[in-house]
Amino acid sequence: MALLPHLAKACHVLRVDVTSLSQRSAFSVSAVAAAIQKMTRVRVVDNSPLGNTPHHRAPRVIHVYTKNGIGKVGDKVMLAIKGQKKKALIVGHKMPGNRMTPRFDSNNVVLIEDNGNPTGTRIRVPVPTHLRKMEGDYSKLLAIASTFV
Amino acid sequence: MAACMKRLDRAMLSIRLLRNIQLHNERSLSTSLHRLALDGEQPSKFTPPVKPVIIDKTQSVASLRKFLSPEFVPPRQRTNPAKFSMERRDMVRRRKVLHIPEFYVGSILAVTMTDPHSAGKNNRFVGICIQRGGRGLGATFVLRNIIDNQGVEICYEMYSPRVQQIEVLKLEKRLDDNLMYLRDALPEYCTVDPDMKPHPFSTTGEVPVNKIKVKMLPKPWSKRWERPKFDVKGIRFDLCLSPEQMEHAQKWAQPWLEYDMLKEYDTSKLEEDIYTEIQQEAATK
Repeated sequence: MALLPHLAKACHVLRVDVTSLSQRSAFSVSAVAAAIQKMTRVRVVDNSPLGNTPHHRAPRVIHVYTKNGIGKVGDKVMLAIKGQKKKALIVGHKMPGNRMTPRFDSNNVVLIEDNGNPTGTRIRVPVPTHLRKMEGDYSKLLAIASTFV
Repeated sequence: MAACMKRLDRAMLSIRLLRNIQLHNERSLSTSLHRLALDGEQPSKFTPPVKPVIIDKTQSVASLRKFLSPEFVPPRQRTNPAKFSMERRDMVRRRKVLHIPEFYVGSILAVTMTDPHSAGKNNRFVGICIQRGGRGLGATFVLRNIIDNQGVEICYEMYSPRVQQIEVLKLEKRLDDNLMYLRDALPEYCTVDPDMKPHPFSTTGEVPVNKIKVKMLPKPWSKRWERPKFDVKGIRFDLCLSPEQMEHAQKWAQPWLEYDMLKEYDTSKLEEDIYTEIQQEAATK
């Protein structure tokens, strides 16, 4: 008899949990405020078909081409996307960088070919201006950016 | 060739001189004619046209209320006070060049800064101020906006030489002194139009407080904002948390801290002194 209200409360808590899980597709695994490293799930922000068709597995970083294995804005990474390997350039991350540089709400990458040319033809989100210091290598990528911030 | 160029130059110069002389002549002629005409008929008393009084409400005027920017107040520590007074002098010198207006967390600002990576270009960013930090010359503030459905935050150093202009587009306060929870709120609460016109605000009296309470995204938040240490008043917790959960969060309350006399730091007297010091400093050349 005394158990009944307890059971009801437990059921209520369970229901709340289930609803909150169903509202967001999956719970977050990657650290909230960290730069990009191996196994970080990223958001592809160009309009290439490879990055925009939905897939049951989010694109993941499988290698970062830096000495210390930590990717910041302007670093090249290797992605596992839709079961294939593809190179990408980081154009924004959640971790705050230096003062006076933007911090984004998601880890953004742009797909690039092996020679540095972008795969897509448009970047849909603002791109940090300090990416411009890499003008020589990624001038085509900077040319397709819609806004700088 | 060079001789030719030189001669051409000289010819151009002479033509220019001639034209100047002509202009002078014309001018003197016209004035004399005007005077002759005036002499002919009775000169009526000249009444200058009424100067139109244009009140530009969009113009940001300096605030008349007594306001001391919080970065002037030194933190409570055992550092040599001379360090802070030297920094204050430098801050006033910077403020003579750059107008840093009065603003609060929750105000909408526009900051123009130079871009070292694209020569000769400026970068303007409009956003809501969600946090102020730092003391002395290292004071910062964070602006947040949503551009192309992408949340962007920039942390500006107030006294950085890269900052060209700081404008207040809307002066208001919010219920909290730190709006970092806007990261986990619905995006409409921090979306600001980048071409926003400045709202007129009164230069006297109390600063208006926007008592809006925001709705949050579903639960995995960056911080547990319901915990008592954040003391957030601007969130609709009733929509996202059950009363049991709110009660559970009170488990982390530390109600004894407000009675800790060692943590008291009354800056009212200090603020008065610093305010007069800054006024004197700003008055001197």
